[in-house]
Amino acid sequence: MVDIRADVAIPAAEVPDVELYHPKSWITKYIFCQDAKVIAIQYSMTAIGIGLVALVLSWLIRLQLAFPGTFSFITPDNYYQFITMHGMIMVIYLLTALFLGGFGNYLIPLMVGARDMVFPYVNMLSYWVYLLAVLVLVSSYFVPGGPTGAGWTLYPPQAILPGTPGRDWGIILMLISLILFIIGFTMGGLNYVVTVLQGRTRGMTMMRLPLTVWGIFSATVLALLAFPALFVACVMLLLDRVLGSSFFMPAIVQAGEHLKYEGGSPILFQHLFWFFGHPEVYIVALPAFGIVSDLISTHARKNIFGYRMMVWAIVAIAILSFVVWGHHMYISGMNPGFGFFFATSTLVIAVPTAIKVYNWVLTLWRGDIHLTVPMLFAIGFIVTFVNGGITGLFLGNVIVDVPLSTTMFVVAHFHMVMGIAPILVVFGGIYQWYPKITGRMLNETLGQIHFWITFLGAYAIYFPMHYLGFVGVPRRYYELGEAAFVPPSAAALNVFITIAALTVGAAQIIFFFNVIWSFYRGKIAGSNPWKATTLEWQTPETPPGHGNWGRDLPIVYRWAYDYSVPGADEDFLTQNQPPARKPLRQAGSV
Amino acid sequence: MNIVVLFFAVLAVIAAWWLSHQGITTKPWLETGEIGDTGASPFPPAKIGLGVFLAVVGSLFALFFSAYLMRMNMLEPSVAAGASLPAPRILWLNTGLLILSSAALQWAQIAARRRERESLKVGLLAGGGCAVAFLVGQLIAWRQLADAGYLVTGNAAAGFFYLITAVHGLHLLGGLIALGATSLKVWEGVTMEEAQTSVELCAVYWHFLLLIWLVFFALLFLADPVRGGSGLVALICRTF
Repeated sequence: MVDIRADVAIPAAEVPDVELYHPKSWITKYIFCQDAKVIAIQYSMTAIGIGLVALVLSWLIRLQLAFPGTFSFITPDNYYQFITMHGMIMVIYLLTALFLGGFGNYLIPLMVGARDMVFPYVNMLSYWVYLLAVLVLVSSYFVPGGPTGAGWTLYPPQAILPGTPGRDWGIILMLISLILFIIGFTMGGLNYVVTVLQGRTRGMTMMRLPLTVWGIFSATVLALLAFPALFVACVMLLLDRVLGSSFFMPAIVQAGEHLKYEGGSPILFQHLFWFFGHPEVYIVALPAFGIVSDLISTHARKNIFGYRMMVWAIVAIAILSFVVWGHHMYISGMNPGFGFFFATSTLVIAVPTAIKVYNWVLTLWRGDIHLTVPMLFAIGFIVTFVNGGITGLFLGNVIVDVPLSTTMFVVAHFHMVMGIAPILVVFGGIYQWYPKITGRMLNETLGQIHFWITFLGAYAIYFPMHYLGFVGVPRRYYELGEAAFVPPSAAALNVFITIAALTVGAAQIIFFFNVIWSFYRGKIAGSNPWKATTLEWQTPETPPGHGNWGRDLPIVYRWAYDYSVPGADEDFLTQNQPPARKPLRQAGSV
Repeated sequence: MNIVVLFFAVLAVIAAWWLSHQGITTKPWLETGEIGDTGASPFPPAKIGLGVFLAVVGSLFALFFSAYLMRMNMLEPSVAAGASLPAPRILWLNTGLLILSSAALQWAQIAARRRERESLKVGLLAGGGCAVAFLVGQLIAWRQLADAGYLVTGNAAAGFFYLITAVHGLHLLGGLIALGATSLKVWEGVTMEEAQTSVELCAVYWHFLLLIWLVFFALLFLADPVRGGSGLVALICRTF
C-alpha cells in the first residue's frame, strides 16, 4: 500500500459548497422537483410505465406469429404498428431513459459525493421534456390512422409513403417525439457529464470512481454525440413528409403517378440512422457493464479484477462504437471495401468487450460468492451477453450476415444482446439499490422466483428463435403463409416461443408486487445492507436526505473495491474510511 | 460521413488529452490516503457545461454538413447542373455582420475583465445588434431565394440551405436570449465579477456559431456542382 499525503495540494477548508436548491412546497418537492433523486424516480416510473405498453405490444406480436389468423383485431397494419412501437419504446424510451435518466440521476451525485447535479434546473427540465416526448408518442394512438408502422428504423421512402400505416399522423408524431426526446436528453446528459467532471468530492479522482459511474459517464458522452445524428435524420425526414422536400426521397412512381419527390437518397438516411443506431447499443450496454461490475464485486466480496483495464475497455468500446455503423447496412449495396472495413472494426470491438467478460469471471473466481438476487441477475447478464455477443460476431461478417440479415436470427441476436441482457441488469440494479431508495429490502424469495422465471424464460424464447432464423423464417412478416422452404415444425416452435413469452411477461407481476409490497412491509434495510464500499451506502440518512450528505461532504481515501481486506474489522473498507493510523496487518499474520 | 469522422477525431484527441491528465495508468488499489487534486478543471461548471454543449452542437452541424455533401455527391450528372444554388449576395454582408457581432462580444469580454462597465455595455449592445441584423439578413436571403424560385421542394441545395440556416439561426436566437439576460444583469448593476463569466460564455458561444457559419458558407461554394465542378475544389469536395 502506498499512503498518499499530498498535504500541500489539499485546500485548508472543505470543498466550497454549491448553493443548494431548496423546495418550498409539496409541488416543488415532488412534482417540479430539482433534486436528482426525485427526478431519477420520475424518469424511472415513466420509462417503466411506457415500457409496459411495449411489453403488451410484444405479446400481441407473439400471438399473431403463433396463431396467425386467430385474432381478428390484429390486422397487417396493426401488426406493423405493434413492431414499430415495441422497438422504438424499448430501445429509446425505456432503456436509454432508464439507464441514464433513472440510474444516472440517482447514482451519479451519490457515488461521486456531490449534493446534487451541477445544473438542477436544467435537470428538471430534462425530465419534463422527456415526459412530453412520451406523451406525444402515446398520442399517436389517438390520431386518425394510428401510430406509424414503418418499422423502428423508420426507413424512407416507405416510412412516409401512402400505404404504410400511420403515414398521415403517426410518422409525424413519432419524429416530433424523437426530436423532443433528444432535446430533453441533451439537457440531462450535460448534467451527468459535468457532474462527473466537476462535482466529485475531495479525494474522488476519476480512477477512484466506481465502474457504474464510468459506464454511465461514457454512455452519456456517446449519447450526446450520437443522438444528433438521429436528430438530423428526424428533422430531414419530417421536412420530406410535411413540406415535400427531397432529402431522402428519390423519384418515385406510385400507382402510375409521378410523386413530387426527386433525387433524394434513402441510403443517406440509413447512414445517419445507424451512425446513431450503433452507438445506441453501447449507450445501453456501457451503463449495464458498469453496474454489473459493481454488483459482482460487492456480492463476491472481491475487488474487481483489472480495474484499470475495465476503464480502458469502456473508453475503447466507446470510441470504436462510432466506426462500426456500416455493419447494419451490409445488404444496402455498399461498396465491398467498406464492408471489409466495417466487418474488421466490428470484430475489433469484441476485444475490449471480451476483456470485460474475462475480468468479471476472474472477479468471481475464488470469490466469496453470495447468490443474492442482484448477483443472480448480474451473472445472468454475463451469460446472456456472451451468448448474444457471439451471434454478433457471426453477423458482423458480411458473408454470414447477407443470408441471415432478414431472418429471425437477427431478431434473436439483438434481443439477447441489447434486450434481455440490459433488462437483467436493470432488475439487478433495482434489487441492489431499492433498499437505498426506499429504506426497505425487496423480498428475497419473490426475487429468486422472479429471476429464475425471467432468466430461463428468456432463453426459452430466444434460443429456438436462432433456429428459426437458420431455417430461413423471415422477420417482419405478418404471416408466413405457404412458404415451401419453411418446415411445418417452425409453426410449432412459434407456439412454444409465444407461450414462453407470455409466461415471462406475466412473471413480471411478481416483481411489481414485490416492489409495492416491500415498500410498506419489506425488512428495514439500514444504511448499508450489502456491506458495500461505495459512497452511496455511506449517507447519514437512508433514504438519503435533501443534499445527500448532511453537514459535511464525504472525503474519499481509497478506491471503490476494498473487499476482503486482510486485517480489517469487517471484510471491507468504505471509500470514505481514513487510512488506519497503524499499518493494517499483513495477510499472513491474520 | 468524412466531416463527422474528422470532427470526432478532433474530439477524440481532446478526450485523450483529458484522460492523460486523469492518471489512468495509476494503480488506485495501491493508493490510500488523501489526494488533493481530483483532476477536476479549475473552470466553473458553467464553462465546462458550455464546452460539452458546443461539442454536441458541433456534432449536429458536422452531421448536417456531411449529409449535405453526401447528398450533393450522389446527384446524377444530368441533374447536377440544375441543383446549383445562386448564393444571394446579401450573404456576404451577413457574414460581415456576424464577424462584427463576434468581435463586439470579444470586446465586451475584455471590457468585463478590465472592469470597464461602459465599454462592456457598448460591446453587449453592438454584439446583440449585429446578431439581430444578421438574422434579419438571413431572412432577406431566404426571401430572395424564394422569389427566384428556389424552394425547399425540388432543389436539393436549396433544401439544405434553408434547413441549415434555420438551425443555425435558432441556435443564435437561443444565444440572444442568454445575451439578453446577461445584458439585463449588467444594466441592473451586478458586480463585474458576476457579469464576467456570463459575458465570457456568450462570447465563446458566438465565436463558435461564427465558425460554423464560415464553414457552411465555404461549403455552399465548394459543394456546388457548377462552381466547384472542377479541379482542386471538386477534389476536396469529393473527399469530404
